Amino acid sequence: MNLTTAIRDHYAVIDIVGRLTATGAPQLRNAVNELIDAGSNRIVIDMSRTEFVDSTGLGALVGGLKSARVAGGDLRVAAVQDSVRTVLRLTNLDRVLRNHETPESAFDGR
Amino acid sequence: MKARFALIRVLAVLSALLGVNYVAWRWLESVNWSAWWIAVPLVIAETYSLIDTLLFCLTMWRARERSGPSSPPRGTADVFITTYNEPIEMVMTTARAAKAIAYPHSTWILDDGSRQDLEQAARDAGIGYLTRSEDWTGKPRHAKAGNLNSALFQTDGEFMLILDADQIPDPLILHRTLGYFADDPEVALVQTPQWFSNVDDADPLGSQAPLFYGPIQQGKDGWNAAFFCGSNAVLRRESLMQLGIVGYVRDVTTSTARALRVAAALAGREARRQKDPALAAELTQLRSVIEKARSAVNAGEPVAEATFDVRAAVERASQALVARDFATIRADLDVIARLPVARDAELDAVVVDDKALDGLAMADLSPLGAIDAVRALLDALRIDRGDEAQPILPLATISVTEDMATAMQLHALGWRSVYHHEILARGLAPEDLRTMLTQRLRWAQGTLQVMLRDNPLLKRGLSIGQRLMYFGTMWSYLSGFAAIVYLAAPVIYLLFGVLPVKAWSVDFFARFLPAFAANQLLFIVIARGMRTWRGQQYSLALFPVWIRACWTAFANVVLGRPLGFAVTKKDGRDDRGVPWGAIWPQFTAMVVLAVALVIGVIRVIVGTADGTGTLVNAIWVAYDLVVLSVIIGAARYRGPVARPSEGDV
Repeated sequence: MNLTTAIRDHYAVIDIVGRLTATGAPQLRNAVNELIDAGSNRIVIDMSRTEFVDSTGLGALVGGLKSARVAGGDLRVAAVQDSVRTVLRLTNLDRVLRNHETPESAFDGR
Repeated sequence: MKARFALIRVLAVLSALLGVNYVAWRWLESVNWSAWWIAVPLVIAETYSLIDTLLFCLTMWRARERSGPSSPPRGTADVFITTYNEPIEMVMTTARAAKAIAYPHSTWILDDGSRQDLEQAARDAGIGYLTRSEDWTGKPRHAKAGNLNSALFQTDGEFMLILDADQIPDPLILHRTLGYFADDPEVALVQTPQWFSNVDDADPLGSQAPLFYGPIQQGKDGWNAAFFCGSNAVLRRESLMQLGIVGYVRDVTTSTARALRVAAALAGREARRQKDPALAAELTQLRSVIEKARSAVNAGEPVAEATFDVRAAVERASQALVARDFATIRADLDVIARLPVARDAELDAVVVDDKALDGLAMADLSPLGAIDAVRALLDALRIDRGDEAQPILPLATISVTEDMATAMQLHALGWRSVYHHEILARGLAPEDLRTMLTQRLRWAQGTLQVMLRDNPLLKRGLSIGQRLMYFGTMWSYLSGFAAIVYLAAPVIYLLFGVLPVKAWSVDFFARFLPAFAANQLLFIVIARGMRTWRGQQYSLALFPVWIRACWTAFANVVLGRPLGFAVTKKDGRDDRGVPWGAIWPQFTAMVVLAVALVIGVIRVIVGTADGTGTLVNAIWVAYDLVVLSVIIGAARYRGPVARPSEGDV
């Protein structure tokens, strides 16, 4: 898994390339915490190049959502691929997180 | 199929048929209605035992011997040693043995006691040491389940072996079990037996459970319902995390729906009462945002978005109002402080009182107070599960026996479990009666908590066989009530000549004896020379424990009272001596039985009692006495004569 962080005008983007699993989860957690510590609490996870997410990876997303919300911001996911969408549906996590079409549109309007 | 398993099936069918034949006849033909006060309890107790037998037969129907996994072991593994207050040397002995496990792995001590000495010892031995993170400060700790849940987020192995602090593992434990996960990607759990090294052949406390860690687990395994027993088991991380995610989503969606319902009511009422048109407009707008969020959530829209919108609206409304409304704020503060979200002391979990929540909606608050209450509500029940240390709690926290509850939830999600019948870890059993009674009480309470909170007969996702396997274990813990009847009935006959059956006739014995014989034969074939007698004795002799467990679990789950739960001491010894307060019922029963026996014989001699009836009841009383006598040996027991040192097991 390869993870890069970019700060945009009103939000930050975390781009995850490859498979988000137990080995990558701590990396994601740290990235979210670093952004929040640096004052960016509106975070989009760009999943356009995320091939697979296991339950530990989902756990890291939820952990990030918690950190962002506690800091007064939000964490959103964007451009989720079909294989990952299946996992979200299987665990019902799509009842909590909405998949936004693109990272750019994730914080549109609010 | 092996001949033995075929024979077990034949005997199981025979036991079931003869048992039903006997109990049906008892109900229809032989209840002595003129002495209904003992006759009816007796026939109900016999029906209880029949159902127990039927569930046992069903378990045995699918008993199977696994030959071991066919795939070689693979995947990354962590070994977790859970500890709270056990002696450091005991923990380290287990940890060193765990480090020596042959398959590549990381070893971690999960110290819920946060002891610096242990941390140092672990570091010196090159073993990982984990305690709860800061997130847990001021949050429900959930005992062992919480300890494991915390560690799950600090490690990354695909599989984890869980060991209690006294369970010294065999170096091959992972080699022998990991292959099952490779054989079948849907296997979530492999349980191996719990076996105790500090118990001699007499085993006065009945610690070894060869029937459970043997035929019973093998039978449950046949129904894909092998139980998780807390230690000596390997779990698949993915399955636990999935369980955690599913539980999180369920918790968040239901609590959000609830919070939004009350919030909408609060805002709506304030809007109607408000005289200032600007304020009223503000509140009406807030209410419509909440209502919109409510219908979105009810329509299946993602919860995160809906609550985010509501929170933003609450912020706006609150800022608009704060300039106008100062005087009334103070008065509201303590109402808000009394939010109906309380902690369940036993489970250490947050429970929401629905009635009180509705009461809050009715409370007399100022507009700003109302908005603050909405805000506090959303905070208390918010999406990040702020009431818990971690939003994701993979191991179940609904019971003090987290293992059974977790396995049942895994089964309900479609995961599979395996029982591997080979001793791969050796532990230490309690060494005195007091500790043993505490442990048995805890198991029974936990099992009954699961029955009341998450009944397997009603739980979605389980197969019929799995439902019955879980229910069977719960059912067996109700035996305390039947035991009282079995002790009382012969006493009442010997003392007063009151018959619970119409007659001790040929008809009676022609039905009772075959049923009894078939049952015993089944048991003998299943046990195959194992020492199962202690287990049989204790299932009757611990009747006060089982009854207490039923009552306390009911009071806890239904009435919300604390369980009075205690951690089992792993170093096995409690120096407070014989627990007379707990075992007086057994001693009283023995005295009463003996007195009844003497009086019964005298009554025959003086000619006021019937010989056959007295003989039958004398045998019955003698059986009860032999069974109960186990408690005498247990009370005198002070541990094995030469305690094996932990190093050479």
